[in-house]
Amino acid sequence: MTNSDQRSDEDAIDVQGGYSSGIAVIDPEDSFTDPGIEPHRPRKTDLFPEAEKRSARTVVAWMVLSAIGAVAAIVAYVVFPIDGHDISTVRPNNLFLGLGIALSLLALGIGAVHWARQLMVDEETIDIRHPQRGSEEAQAGALEVLDAANKESGFGRRTLIRRSLIGAAVLTPLPGIVMLRDLAPLATQGGDPAELLRHTMWTAGTRLTRDPDGTPIKASDVQIGSAVHVIPEGLTNETEDWLNKKAKAVVLVVRLEEEDLIEAEEKKSWSYHGIVAYSKICTHVGCPVALVEQHTHHLLCPCHQSTFDVADGAKVIFGPANRALPQLPIAVDDEGYLVAQSDFHEPVGPSFPERAL
Amino acid sequence: MTTTESAPAAAPRTFIGKASNYLEERSGISVAVKEFGRKVFPDHWSFMLGEVALYSFVVLVLSGTFLTLFFQPSMAEVEYHGSYAPLSGMHMSAAYASTLHISFEVRGGLLMRQVHHWAALMFVAAAGLHMLRIFFTGAFRKPRELNWVVGFTLFVLGMAAGFTGYSLPDDLLSGNGLRIIDGVLKAIPIVGTWLSFLMFGGEFPGSVIISRLYMAHIMLIPALIIAMIGLHLLMVVLHKHTQYPGPGRTNNNVVGYPLLPVYAGKAGGFFFIVFGVLVAIGSLVTINPIWAYGPYDPSPVSAGTQPDWYIGPVDGALRLVPPHIESVIFGWTFSWNILIPSLIFGIVLISVAIYPFVEAWVTGDRREHHVLDRPRNAPTRTAIGAALMTAYSVMWAAASGDLMATHFHVDVFLVTHVLQVLLFVGPVVAYFITKRICLGLQKKDREIVLHGIESGEIVRLASGEYVEVHKPIDEYERWRLVDFTSYAPIERTHPNADGKITFGSRMRAALSRWFYEDRISPVKPSELTSGHEQPESLPDN
Ligand code: HEM
Ligand code: FES
Repeated sequence: MTNSDQRSDEDAIDVQGGYSSGIAVIDPEDSFTDPGIEPHRPRKTDLFPEAEKRSARTVVAWMVLSAIGAVAAIVAYVVFPIDGHDISTVRPNNLFLGLGIALSLLALGIGAVHWARQLMVDEETIDIRHPQRGSEEAQAGALEVLDAANKESGFGRRTLIRRSLIGAAVLTPLPGIVMLRDLAPLATQGGDPAELLRHTMWTAGTRLTRDPDGTPIKASDVQIGSAVHVIPEGLTNETEDWLNKKAKAVVLVVRLEEEDLIEAEEKKSWSYHGIVAYSKICTHVGCPVALVEQHTHHLLCPCHQSTFDVADGAKVIFGPANRALPQLPIAVDDEGYLVAQSDFHEPVGPSFPERAL
Repeated sequence: MTTTESAPAAAPRTFIGKASNYLEERSGISVAVKEFGRKVFPDHWSFMLGEVALYSFVVLVLSGTFLTLFFQPSMAEVEYHGSYAPLSGMHMSAAYASTLHISFEVRGGLLMRQVHHWAALMFVAAAGLHMLRIFFTGAFRKPRELNWVVGFTLFVLGMAAGFTGYSLPDDLLSGNGLRIIDGVLKAIPIVGTWLSFLMFGGEFPGSVIISRLYMAHIMLIPALIIAMIGLHLLMVVLHKHTQYPGPGRTNNNVVGYPLLPVYAGKAGGFFFIVFGVLVAIGSLVTINPIWAYGPYDPSPVSAGTQPDWYIGPVDGALRLVPPHIESVIFGWTFSWNILIPSLIFGIVLISVAIYPFVEAWVTGDRREHHVLDRPRNAPTRTAIGAALMTAYSVMWAAASGDLMATHFHVDVFLVTHVLQVLLFVGPVVAYFITKRICLGLQKKDREIVLHGIESGEIVRLASGEYVEVHKPIDEYERWRLVDFTSYAPIERTHPNADGKITFGSRMRAALSRWFYEDRISPVKPSELTSGHEQPESLPDN
């Protein structure tokens, strides 16, 4: 290939409408010529009247089938009612009603397409394209209109009006944006968000109870290796905002052999005879960490597979989470039931910007 | 004598005649019919993907409207006493209870829910495939760049519509999805906590999110989608459809079938086929059995749950991050483990959105293009597309990492590590393989033009030599194979007015070399005449 037929000059003007062809390699001297549209090949239905008649009958048959489908759907609606006491009646209703409607739609569609493909004239036709930009006159005309508008309004000349107009137009929508503020309650009504995220329903002395029946848990009932899903005592669906509270307060209690536990010095008193309680809300983006692997003492988050080691402070050993699950300090009350020593000492769940402030 | 009114044409007699006359005198509709009635549409199966998306959207509006008649977008708590016995007596939101009501007590309600959900999956899938078609055939080139951006917006809006709809029933699965959204919002630097509170009206989950999503799902997003579809189709009409290269197809014409009647017949029929297929699937295949998941509760979760397919890549990207990347700067927490994957996903999306402009800049080509590229004839673009698709697929696969692990009995950690590597290596490998394949196919095309098609017939020459007979191809077939332009890299960089070579022009030259270094030009007549002695004259670089 010689250099002469390359147009690497971006400003080169191509024959085509005076636009740059960029680096396209175009060589009008040495290229094939377009042979033009292929001759039309007649279909069977163009050649044989019987074939045409057969096709026409087929189309009619599809339309009749479609009508039958529509009627069948209505019949199915009536003869397969749903009985409120028998859930198994839902299935036939869904199935036969659906198949009736589907038949009616499909047959109509197939019939129409068959008609278009077999019977309508299928000679290709040609439309001419015009360059996308308007003609010179059209562009000149548009310019004239804009000029006139400019002159008659003085938009270009009256700078002060123009600037004040723009200023006003920028400010006018602002109230609409400000009004979105009340999407969330005011700090004075609902509390400061970051502050709310730092606290849960747990307080000193709150009993640990089973999720969801709310029965308290005797320390002696927690078997080694077992895991109990826990909510604070008194959290029921009667509680105000119970879902919000539950979304922060759920805890997983696990009992290990005491010697298997690796505990930080300041957290030694947070467990009770190998029983530890950790927040169940993943520190990644907040799914419940509900899968317990018995042998390895690992907690697995089903959402993105973050894995926490219960034996070692629930620290992250795999996955996208950054922080260990917060630990709930626990003790036992006079009756031998597990209770919280206090609330969590750090916010539970996903990180948020003010978390460390 | 003067007449102020032109005499009306002879009064029509038939009903249709009268009706159209009525309309004509009030709208002058004849102008539009005359202008557009015979508008030509080229025919190709790949042009139907956009139609599938459009028709699925119509099905969504129809089935969705039916659902609004029964659905209650409220988180008010109710005790369930409907016909689904396993949940009897449970506390749940009115939204969840009404979805159970639609499923089990309204005749055809379950059908409409399932049709709606399948249509949603089909809508996003068809829009995605349509986008791939546009990309790989270069249909986004001038003058269609803006329509590419509109189409891209539609794809994103489709994902948003799907996510908001999926969340409405307030079941356990979708509630967990919202919880993940809450976590991701909170990761946004500085303002994250506030954004989450504004969205949920306080702490997660609050009691307003369902009605807010409902507003977005049935009004805001559909309205935007309809506006964008309108714009999209308007531009299709303005630009006229592109066509594949072929005999008689030039940059200055469009060859195909007229709107009335053939195209209208086919497209109209096809709408009913798409609708019918969706209803058939909806009546045969269960989707999103929310009764099996139970109402939302922040405590339980089951393993192996999957978001709808189009959310998969986002979810997967979140999974591929290694642990312990978060930092505290001036007391503010920055959760890179969420920001980085979101950013990567965002970069993939944005590079898709701006690709037409980048390619136009690199080629400097400012002509209009109405004849499509066959993907093999634009090897670098095709390879870039394959690389982007690979990155997308790896993220998508990551969303099912746990399922793959249990299915193939391998460690989920291992699966994750493999995917982490693949996310970076996969696109590169895909790029090179695809490019080689394209160049190979181009060479094959040249072979065919120069030597004809291998007929499979072996003959023995008088000399005793065996050769395979090559059948020459006709001029129509040949045109299909040679009608494309090849591009040469910018060889020199241009000094600007001050005689300096700017960084921009240097970069452009480098990019252009990367784009067009490996190229194979179409066979030229001069090669054909001398072609038999000279099997290939490929530019070697
Ligand atoms: C633009 C595309 C749309 C998409 C992608 C979409 C997607 C979805 C999805 C995935 C669901 C969950 C269905 C399920 O329960 O399994 C849903 C629910 C719903 N959608 Fe849509 N939708 C769209 C448009 C519409 C429109 C236009 C309307 C109403 C005019 C509508 C009304 C509803 C209602 C009321 C529900 C909740 C009822 C239920 O889940 O059973 N949707 N949507
Ligand atoms: S929410 Fe637990 S890993 Fe993502």
